Amino acid sequence: MTTLSIDHVSRWFGNVVAVNDVTMTIGPGVTGLLGPNGAGKSTLINMMGGFLAPSTGSVTLDGEQVWRNEGIYRHIGVVPEREAMYDFLTGREFVVANAELHGLGDKAAQRALATVEMEHAQDRKISTYSKGMRQRVKMASALVHDPSLLLLDEPFNGMDPRQRMQLMELLRRMGDEGRTVLFSSHILEEVEQLAWHIEVMVAGRHAASGDFRKIRRLMTDRPHRYLVRSSDDRALAAALIADLSTAAIEVDLAEGALRVQAVDFGRFTALLPRVARDHGIRLLTVSPSDESLESVFSYLVTA
Amino acid sequence: MYDPTVARLTYRALLGRRRALILGALPLLLIVLSAVVRAIAGADDQTAADLLGGLALATMVPIIGVIAGTGAIGPEIDDGSVVYLLSKPLKRSTIIFTKLIVAIGVTMVFSALPTLLAGLVLNGNGQQIAVAYTVAALVSSIAYAALFLLLGTVSRHAVVFGLVYALVWEALFGSLVPGARTLSVQQWSLAVAQKVAGGDLVTSDVGLTTATVLLVAVTVLATWFAGHKLRSLTLAGEE
Repeated sequence: MTTLSIDHVSRWFGNVVAVNDVTMTIGPGVTGLLGPNGAGKSTLINMMGGFLAPSTGSVTLDGEQVWRNEGIYRHIGVVPEREAMYDFLTGREFVVANAELHGLGDKAAQRALATVEMEHAQDRKISTYSKGMRQRVKMASALVHDPSLLLLDEPFNGMDPRQRMQLMELLRRMGDEGRTVLFSSHILEEVEQLAWHIEVMVAGRHAASGDFRKIRRLMTDRPHRYLVRSSDDRALAAALIADLSTAAIEVDLAEGALRVQAVDFGRFTALLPRVARDHGIRLLTVSPSDESLESVFSYLVTA
Repeated sequence: MYDPTVARLTYRALLGRRRALILGALPLLLIVLSAVVRAIAGADDQTAADLLGGLALATMVPIIGVIAGTGAIGPEIDDGSVVYLLSKPLKRSTIIFTKLIVAIGVTMVFSALPTLLAGLVLNGNGQQIAVAYTVAALVSSIAYAALFLLLGTVSRHAVVFGLVYALVWEALFGSLVPGARTLSVQQWSLAVAQKVAGGDLVTSDVGLTTATVLLVAVTVLATWFAGHKLRSLTLAGEE
């Protein structure tokens, strides 16, 4: 049982506060660190991995300080976001080197390569690898010493859907085995599919923590804004406003569209096509106008 | 203190195709130039001392030192791949010491060996000139590797600073401004060479004892400080 504790941690670079008084505890299982780009996720992961000193506060692994403690890496496996590896090595040479640096041998390297299913390409130079293959070899290098804590910074970036699924499966398995797995992502769906527990960062602050479904509900219950264009905007507006799922509808003459504010996301998405069909109105455009992650997150912060 | 895996990764990175070409170009130039001088002027001790002192020791050794010293760690810190070394239960001083050994070895092979060959071509080691300058190249390789490894640890522009030091301080000020000579790795190594050659052809502005103390002090301090810097090295995120 490995527990990573972040206790009132802040980190600033000059005048910029990247992480602001964050306290969280990461236990066994898969935890998603979710937040828009620039939220401070990488800074926090770097502090968790002992690659960055907190300006204030402390990061400990089972009570042991992480910063300036090389011995801690017997328990931590790190998959960094940055692409750079030792491109002049083959995948096997790279993983073997990582095993040797842990005082382990060929066997551990082969086992790690088998875990990520990279044996078929292990003798190719890393420089010839696709993004997904690089990611898997990075995983192998992090798993080589069988760590109890795995830290992954944006591990799904640039991966195709198949590679993403494979990596998710692997991380799920690691979590099931009782390891503490923490990965960061700015994509809601990734976290939804994988994490049991999430920690949300927004603008350097710890915005939410807990069970994914509860937080997801908070996210989906907020008012949604849509831009709708149809063959008869006024008739559509009249039909929609009668339903409880909408709170306000504006006829935007300049845009030639309706701006709809829906309070019940699920009901509204079912209602709109039905109403249109019943009234013989053709829907030309239906687009969410505030679906950016930033708006979802900022809603979360004020919720 | 020494880790063979770190050493292997370092020398394979250092001797990658492009860097190996740059490392090999200057020694080749020195040997070709020596052969041409020998063919034109014949075996002359003064000419041999001038060429080995001016080109080999004052220019080639520091430049090779810059490439090997900064290249042993700088690129890994720049591109972030150093994280694979830092995320291991490995003392930072072990990483630095190992990289220093590799940088010294590479600098010696690519600077001291060609110096010896050039000396033999120039005057067949007359008055011990070839051996004296080779010893100077060996000694300065150690100090340069340590200095430039430190530079690679503290600055992203290590190669530029290193070249400015090597070419402006060592080659220009070192030969023109008397005060600067006392603080020159080249002069310290010349003091050792002077002892080996014995005659008047190899001279230094610094006494042997001072030179030895300074060589050891610079090497030890630079290595210690590089280890210290690596311990506090922070890997900023890409955000």
